[in-house]
Amino acid sequence: MAGTATSTPEYAIEVNDVTMIFNMASEQLNNLKEYFIKIMRHELFFSEFRALKHISFKVRRGEVVGLVGTNGSGKSTMLKIIAGVLEASEGECIVRGNIAPLIELGAGFDMELTARENIYLNGALLGYTKQFIDDHFDEIVEFAELRDFVDMPLKNYSSGMVARIAFAIATVTEPDILIVDETLSVGDVFFQQKCEDRIQHFIKNGDVTVLFVSHSIEQVERICQRAIWIEKGDLRMDGPVAEVCEAYRGQFG
Amino acid sequence: MAVAIKSQSAAHARTEMEKDLFILQQLVTKDFKIRYRRSVLGVAWSVLNPLLMMIVMAIVFSTIFAQGRNGSITPEMYPLYLIVGNITFTLMSESTSSALTSIIDASSLLKKVKVHRFVFPVQKALFSLVNFAFSLVAVALVMLWFRVVPTWHLIWLPVVLILLVTFCMGLGLLLSALTVFFRDIRHLWSVVITAWTYFTPIFWTTDFIAQMPRILQLVMYANPMYNYLQFMRDIFLFQTNPTAFTLGMCAFWAVLAIVAGYLVFHKTEHKFILYI
Repeated sequence: MAGTATSTPEYAIEVNDVTMIFNMASEQLNNLKEYFIKIMRHELFFSEFRALKHISFKVRRGEVVGLVGTNGSGKSTMLKIIAGVLEASEGECIVRGNIAPLIELGAGFDMELTARENIYLNGALLGYTKQFIDDHFDEIVEFAELRDFVDMPLKNYSSGMVARIAFAIATVTEPDILIVDETLSVGDVFFQQKCEDRIQHFIKNGDVTVLFVSHSIEQVERICQRAIWIEKGDLRMDGPVAEVCEAYRGQFG
Repeated sequence: MAVAIKSQSAAHARTEMEKDLFILQQLVTKDFKIRYRRSVLGVAWSVLNPLLMMIVMAIVFSTIFAQGRNGSITPEMYPLYLIVGNITFTLMSESTSSALTSIIDASSLLKKVKVHRFVFPVQKALFSLVNFAFSLVAVALVMLWFRVVPTWHLIWLPVVLILLVTFCMGLGLLLSALTVFFRDIRHLWSVVITAWTYFTPIFWTTDFIAQMPRILQLVMYANPMYNYLQFMRDIFLFQTNPTAFTLGMCAFWAVLAIVAGYLVFHKTEHKFILYI
């Protein structure tokens, strides 16, 4: 998928009129029998669900944006489209730069392998070179504070320890775009602080674009400059973090 | 439509190709480590397994079902005939059976990280090829035991392996894509593999084909696995060049499988995430 570098490069993420439609009927099909029954009944192409409706926004390079919305409002769908794992039904999403996805830390880890082996496997999946992982291996292990356990299979790790390794790999290099989705809720309070410090460090450097999703509205207010409120697939509000969070809280009051 | 523009930095692979190759290498290594973790003999099983299978089949088809072996294959040649046929067929059955669920198994990853989806089924074919390479040690041992001297015809080996692995990759792509939408294929394929095992001259000798009804003969000669096995036995056992027919059929099936696999996979892969 090639894009044109000519269009306004100051934006790291451009979401243009994105609509995501899920086909409720075909979602439930898992075998041939059901498929043919549906075809016979002409039911296959009905009951659509629109998870996102004509969403448009742009994120400048270096901006820190929080996504807020109640459960099932379409936040995760939006993130998946930006991360490139889900294709929008309509509209387009332009992303400039490397994405470090922290959506559910540790995706792609194999629990049978040791931490060392997983660092290489996960590094490959994130697009690092072997040379780069060799050079930064110690740095990753130091940050995760798991030096003594590096040759132990991951199945013997606690979920907090797995999260440490995953966070350390994903942020060992400064990414162009960092997607943070509820990741800071795992791990103990000290490691949470360490992760937030690293994210803050990226933000202060000014080159990293951060997309932040959290149910903790205080955390969004603390970290982000701008917030986007998505509700039931509609873009409800987009503006300075204080205003949006105020309005978001207001709906419950 | 998503448009991604990669920025250049030393940390990341310079090209998509470089990234995919590193992923493939890591995944093959992973499968290999997991297969032999906590086994006493470890990688030696890759050599032992085909040898033991050969011994079992040789005993069964020299005693209970002795009529399966007749004509051109002498008793001394029969073990070599068995092992070459068996490891070749195993390469196909193992790679397609594991490729079948490769996309579903990688679902947690595919939902979160942007990776080329084809690496998962393709990796399974490469992993089976690595196992095949170990099985060749077993073949060498059998040849040594029966004092069969290899000839220069073995230079054909890379050719037949490229064709066979291409065939397996094509089938793997096709099956992995279809299985995402229809989980039934997983159950169906094990039956297909069993049927295919019996319809391919792995343990019975090719002389039987001449005695078959005309229509069944055509099916046999068109069978891709018959042709790949024939190619392997030509260079290992009969020590001749493959016939133009064998070579042509092997190439035909490889191209057909990879084209069909690529087309189906490419056309459906953007919908995978909705079904996994």
